[in-house]
Amino acid sequence: MARLEAIRFTGVGQTFPTDAGPLRALGGVSLTVARHEFVAVLGPSGCGKSTLLRLAAGLIKPTSGEVAVFGRPVTEPRDDVGIVFQQPTLLPWATVEDNVVFPARHTRGRVSAEDRRQARAIVGKVGLAGFEQRLPGELSGGMQQRVGIARALFLNPDILLMDEPFSALDALTRDAMGFELLQLWQSSPKTVLFITHSIPEAVLLADRVVVMSERPGHVIEDLPVPLGRPRDETALGTRAMQDYCAHLRGLLIKRKAA
Amino acid sequence: MAVETDAATPTGPIEFDGDDRQPRLSWTERLIRLPVALPLLTVLALLILWEAGTRVFAVPSYVLPAPSRILAGFEAVDGWRWLDHIWATVRVALMGFAVSIAVSLPIAVGLARSRVLSRALYPLLVVIQSTPVVAVAPIIIVVLGTDDAPRVVITFMISFFPLVVSMTTGLMATPPELIELSRSLRGTLAREMAHIRLPYATPYIFSGLKISITLAVIGAVVAEFVAAEKGLGFFIQFSTSMFKLPQAWAGLVVLVALSLLLFQIIGLVQRVLFPWSVPKERR
Repeated sequence: MARLEAIRFTGVGQTFPTDAGPLRALGGVSLTVARHEFVAVLGPSGCGKSTLLRLAAGLIKPTSGEVAVFGRPVTEPRDDVGIVFQQPTLLPWATVEDNVVFPARHTRGRVSAEDRRQARAIVGKVGLAGFEQRLPGELSGGMQQRVGIARALFLNPDILLMDEPFSALDALTRDAMGFELLQLWQSSPKTVLFITHSIPEAVLLADRVVVMSERPGHVIEDLPVPLGRPRDETALGTRAMQDYCAHLRGLLIKRKAA
Repeated sequence: MAVETDAATPTGPIEFDGDDRQPRLSWTERLIRLPVALPLLTVLALLILWEAGTRVFAVPSYVLPAPSRILAGFEAVDGWRWLDHIWATVRVALMGFAVSIAVSLPIAVGLARSRVLSRALYPLLVVIQSTPVVAVAPIIIVVLGTDDAPRVVITFMISFFPLVVSMTTGLMATPPELIELSRSLRGTLAREMAHIRLPYATPYIFSGLKISITLAVIGAVVAEFVAAEKGLGFFIQFSTSMFKLPQAWAGLVVLVALSLLLFQIIGLVQRVLFPWSVPKERR
């Protein structure tokens, strides 16, 4: 039997009411993500990628079709799903450690000594040991986003939803963060749905790349990445990979021209 | 090879032996960097000009008393009497200020939470704000009597509006992603308020508090103008009616000092309790 199914979108459509009339963000998306699989969703801006993520998180309900997580229709946010946003979205008055334990404080109302121990361990894992008592304003953008990732990992979710998490970072930091994310993912496997508009990022990180069309968004390509693991910077240099990237780029550009 | 005309930089191609010139700031630049020197000098110059002007042109003291005459005006009543007046004004101002906070916070939470409430309530608030409270004050005194109640109400009516506006703006300024985070954790609305929205609104709330506290002093004075037997507002009006203008000016000076002090206290509370909420360049 195939691997356990973590996320399944079945014919999902999403329409938002706006002042200028209804806006069709998604037009029938069908997509499955296996457990512990790393799937990158690639698409032009405004194609409803983020909507897809919010549906999986249970933050919004689909207008049509069904979203299921581990076989159960999503009706509300779940504990086993962690979200990393485009911006770090930290609490500016809370220390790194307090930001990471925030899920405990917000759901249970209090923070135990065990919570703090666990938070410090995760802070160390994302490479911020020694910065536990700093405020977000004292950290660089890359470090802030590490805190955002640590916070998403705090409840030890099985599914990690990432909404262009590195797009606000400079190119060098962005590459470094990608490889660190891979190491984290390999040391404790998780199902990752990674939204991005960067082809190299999608290809370097993911097992599978899903390409979406412009609005109303639907899946126009769903291809496994022909690369083994572990990966490094040289992986993109091979002929096969250049062809693969060119294929993805062609899909995005053709759609734009049409 | 051409020497850089900007000789202040020590990294130029030609270095003179033993010449360790530091880049020096011009004296105006150094003066600007001293925190109080410049405003203090301005005030001092103004006072000297004022004193000299009133003497040279022999301006009668009921038109504009000289600073030295105002200084003498302080001695018209003894220290305890001053304290009595000051305390009466501070008491009313602080009570009105407290009522403003207590009333504004739930209103702001309501306005930020519900669009229905916001549509229903906001025009009413603007109407209250647009009503000249000074004109309504006598009516309020007649309705509520002559003890503290009418004075507190008048102070409240003058000082509450900026608080409502700043609190509502602050509560709405929370990044939507943080609200999504809260919802993804299935946080209750009370926790969303307490853990995210209210702390986020803190800088906004404090700028509202700073405006509101100075308005509260104005409110207390207005109330004292209409009906009071002590307080700085009463003292100024009483002195004016007795034609003791230097004394009235002295009262005004105390009033300004009081306003400034309360304003600074609010700023201090913010810096001590919520240092992260103070804009960076002023920390």
